[in-house]
Amino acid sequence: MKGRFISACGVSVFLAGCSGLQSSQSVVNPEGLQAARIDHLFWLMFWVCTIAFVITIAALSRAVLRKRETPVENFRPVDRAEATKTRVVAVAIAITVLSLFGLLVSSILTGKAIASLHPQNPLTIEVVGHQWWWEIRYPNSDASKTVITANEIHVPVGTPVVMNSTSRDVIHSFWAPNIHGKRDLIPGYQTALWFQADKEGTYRGQCAEFCGHQHAHMAFFLVAETPEKFNAWLQQQRTSAKDPQDAAAQKGQQFFLSHTCVMCHTVRGTIAGSNVGPDLTHLASRQTIAAGTLPNNPGNLGGWIINSQSIKPGNRMPPNQMNSDDLQSLLTYLETLK
Amino acid sequence: MTPDPNISEERLTHVEVEHATDDDATLHQRLDKTWSDPSGFIGWFKQVNHRSIGKRYIVTAFIFFLLGGSLAALMRIQLARPENNFLGPDKYNQIFTMHGSTMMFLFAVPMMFEALSVYLVPLMVGSRNIAFPRLNAYSYYLYLCGGIMLFVAFFLNIGPDTGWFSYVPLSGPDFSPGKRVDFWAQMITFTEVSALAVAVEIIVTVFKMRAPGMSLNRIPLFVWASLVTAFMVIFAMPSIMLSSTMLIMDRLVSTQFFNPAEGGDALLYQHLFWFFGHPEVYIIFIPGLGVVSSVIAAFSRRHVFGYLALVLSLVTTAFVGFGLWVHHMFATGLPQLGESFFTAASLMIAIPTATQIYCWIATMWGRRPVLMTPMYWVLGFFFILIMGGLTGIMLASVPLDLQVHDTFFVVAHFHYVLIGGAVFPLFAALYFWFPKITGRMLSEAAGKWNFWLFFFGFNMTFFPMHILGLRGMPRRVYAYPPEMGWTAMNVIASLGAVLMTVSVLIFLANVFWSMRRGAIAGDNPWGAGTLEWGTSSPPPSYNFLHIPTVNGREALWDAAPNQAIVTGLRTDVREVLVTNYLDAAPDHRTEFPDASIWPFLAALATTALFIGSIFTPWAVPIGAIPVAITMTGWFWPGKEESRRRKATEKWAEEEA
Repeated sequence: MKGRFISACGVSVFLAGCSGLQSSQSVVNPEGLQAARIDHLFWLMFWVCTIAFVITIAALSRAVLRKRETPVENFRPVDRAEATKTRVVAVAIAITVLSLFGLLVSSILTGKAIASLHPQNPLTIEVVGHQWWWEIRYPNSDASKTVITANEIHVPVGTPVVMNSTSRDVIHSFWAPNIHGKRDLIPGYQTALWFQADKEGTYRGQCAEFCGHQHAHMAFFLVAETPEKFNAWLQQQRTSAKDPQDAAAQKGQQFFLSHTCVMCHTVRGTIAGSNVGPDLTHLASRQTIAAGTLPNNPGNLGGWIINSQSIKPGNRMPPNQMNSDDLQSLLTYLETLK
Repeated sequence: MTPDPNISEERLTHVEVEHATDDDATLHQRLDKTWSDPSGFIGWFKQVNHRSIGKRYIVTAFIFFLLGGSLAALMRIQLARPENNFLGPDKYNQIFTMHGSTMMFLFAVPMMFEALSVYLVPLMVGSRNIAFPRLNAYSYYLYLCGGIMLFVAFFLNIGPDTGWFSYVPLSGPDFSPGKRVDFWAQMITFTEVSALAVAVEIIVTVFKMRAPGMSLNRIPLFVWASLVTAFMVIFAMPSIMLSSTMLIMDRLVSTQFFNPAEGGDALLYQHLFWFFGHPEVYIIFIPGLGVVSSVIAAFSRRHVFGYLALVLSLVTTAFVGFGLWVHHMFATGLPQLGESFFTAASLMIAIPTATQIYCWIATMWGRRPVLMTPMYWVLGFFFILIMGGLTGIMLASVPLDLQVHDTFFVVAHFHYVLIGGAVFPLFAALYFWFPKITGRMLSEAAGKWNFWLFFFGFNMTFFPMHILGLRGMPRRVYAYPPEMGWTAMNVIASLGAVLMTVSVLIFLANVFWSMRRGAIAGDNPWGAGTLEWGTSSPPPSYNFLHIPTVNGREALWDAAPNQAIVTGLRTDVREVLVTNYLDAAPDHRTEFPDASIWPFLAALATTALFIGSIFTPWAVPIGAIPVAITMTGWFWPGKEESRRRKATEKWAEEEA
């Protein structure tokens, strides 16, 4: 009885824990084709396993608490009911084998449904893992129309997306649970994965393979929007950065181009063309900085530029010494990179 | 299968009867003089008795369990609050790496396999010592030195920080400069050499040193479990030694095995690692199954139901356990057909485990087992292991694994499997065999507090982790944003860890108190049926006054009123009886080595070589010289021994 009571409590705690809260980073709150199929499989397995657990624990409790047939002092190598026991155990094993086979078939069917690569007119994106941020590319046969951004993926709702991925340094794992399961990004390997977001929204994902110091702060946002909004966004991201008009921003641009910033970052339309760190051409259009760590606003950006090590210790960006005027004009410039 | 009561005597006819007239007291004196190891400070390093070494293994592995547990407590403090500054990323990464490495390599395998097997197997098969006793001592010192090296490195802030799996390229020379990863890789070498040595000893002990009459179908299930585990060690460990050695070479002498930029392969490492890493789980878990069988049989007062099915389940688990390593790599994007094969294999391994659970339930059915503390831990084992096994079925499915892989769901799963499958049986074993080891009983009352606090604390800590994983929390993160909704579950988990800590402290208090004041146990406090309960508690230096013979699966319960004993072994030297491996019929006699300081010195020399080679490849050729010297000393025959051996040769007779 105790066992059954505890397991009943466990199941209800579990269900309460899983439901209720809508989360933007959750396996049990699917908003994509793949995640939805996996969610179905999960609940199928959950109930099969729960039933198996309850039956086994019930049998165990009965065995332990049942009235004794012989006094405890008496050793008897076998019981009178030995033949019955053999039959019951054999039936239990047979049921186990059949259930496992059923689960195997449903697992393989789900696997086929989510993995078969025949999407119509897909959008192709490339994801490259870096310590500790995500490089996102929207390739185009016309190289000047290729979009490079970081830590924020925009996709149109209801359109299949093929994701080609690899890593520049160590192994990372791309995971946006509301949309699909994980895919490891392995240096030296390029793999393709397809997914489809079915509902508008902003979904959080983060690196799932331990990748060093700041593995914990390597998130990204996946923005699923209507195809119209998405195309507008893509068009806008294709443009090069415009030269700033007001004096403060011009001063900031001067500062940016004459300091170490250009050693790592690109701003298309300027001489800054290094790709060690994230592409900043449209920095101000992103919602977050530092791989989903902080909201993108001038205060956070300023703090990040001066001493990113206090925010995300161990990251690759060095601290920068500058007076507050320079910082202000630099921030003004960066805010123009929409 | 009805055992023939005469068969044992018949088999013994060619064992010469020499001291049949000695009374037991004289025999005890003679045997004790021959088999006692030296005492005192220097003597301690010379001891080769399997029980001395076994006790050291148990105590050492338990200390590492406490250290690994303390590291876990630090992690739970860090994760109790979002974006906590208690430990930085550098400390946290070292701590979770040390926790995993300590628990897997310095606690679980040495405790479940080496410690329990070394202590119990020779007693259970009715032998005077373990095969290759000096190798046994050597294996212990190597294990100890490897563990100490790792923790010294950790306390000097050069502990490994790339996870207990140390995936390349993160652990390679480019992304982990310094010596941190090398200490991890070399600790693997230490513990693997020691595990391989014990595996060889156990296989030989089980196959060649069983008491006459203990044919293969009468071996106690714990001994079967140890034997199966020993074979798994022999097949699994070379894979990790290969991968960790290739990693060390990449780091020390710039080979490029795993560097994709030079044609190496990062995935190769994962295949090699998990070809070891998955069987490792069963290496930890199978001895626990043996413990469960022993305890259930003892408290149900009957032979275990389905002995053959249980033995075949162990063997099947060991075989299939080698065929599912890829389920740790589903997210790497392997071809679907191949992945389906590994899903099928991973589901298949549930069949032998389920079979065993059904057999144990059938054993207890109608017997109403006596509910003493060891049985509590066994019942806790059922509850927790079954739950862990069922989440394991979920993880076997490729699509589902893609979601929960590397999340807290997996953390919950393997703690249910490993704590359920190893730590609960371990506590059962400690409560069950403590009287045999010390001669005194552990307190039942404290034992029940120990159990309930641990049981509730465990579920409180790890059950919420299932939900955390499903709600998107990845593993191995030192911090998480407050808005993710993970805080409450993490707080509950951390509070559960407090209960587990209190529980382990109660256990320690119980051990220290009972060692001095516990009730005197007597030979067989539980009325159990296997051979170790047929000698005094603690057993004498020679284990058994008379080497027993065996009539059935539970040697003491099945013994005939006038059960034969083995006589005729020499008492002035360490002579043992060797039996054949199928029927355990007496085959010949052989002489075991005396206590010696050389295994200890050889272990020190080996340690110097291993640690030196972290820093320079020259440590290998130069360090090999002291190893060769000490090993030569180890195998150098003594004068007396040479004389005796010569006397058995034919030409010596003719000369005389």
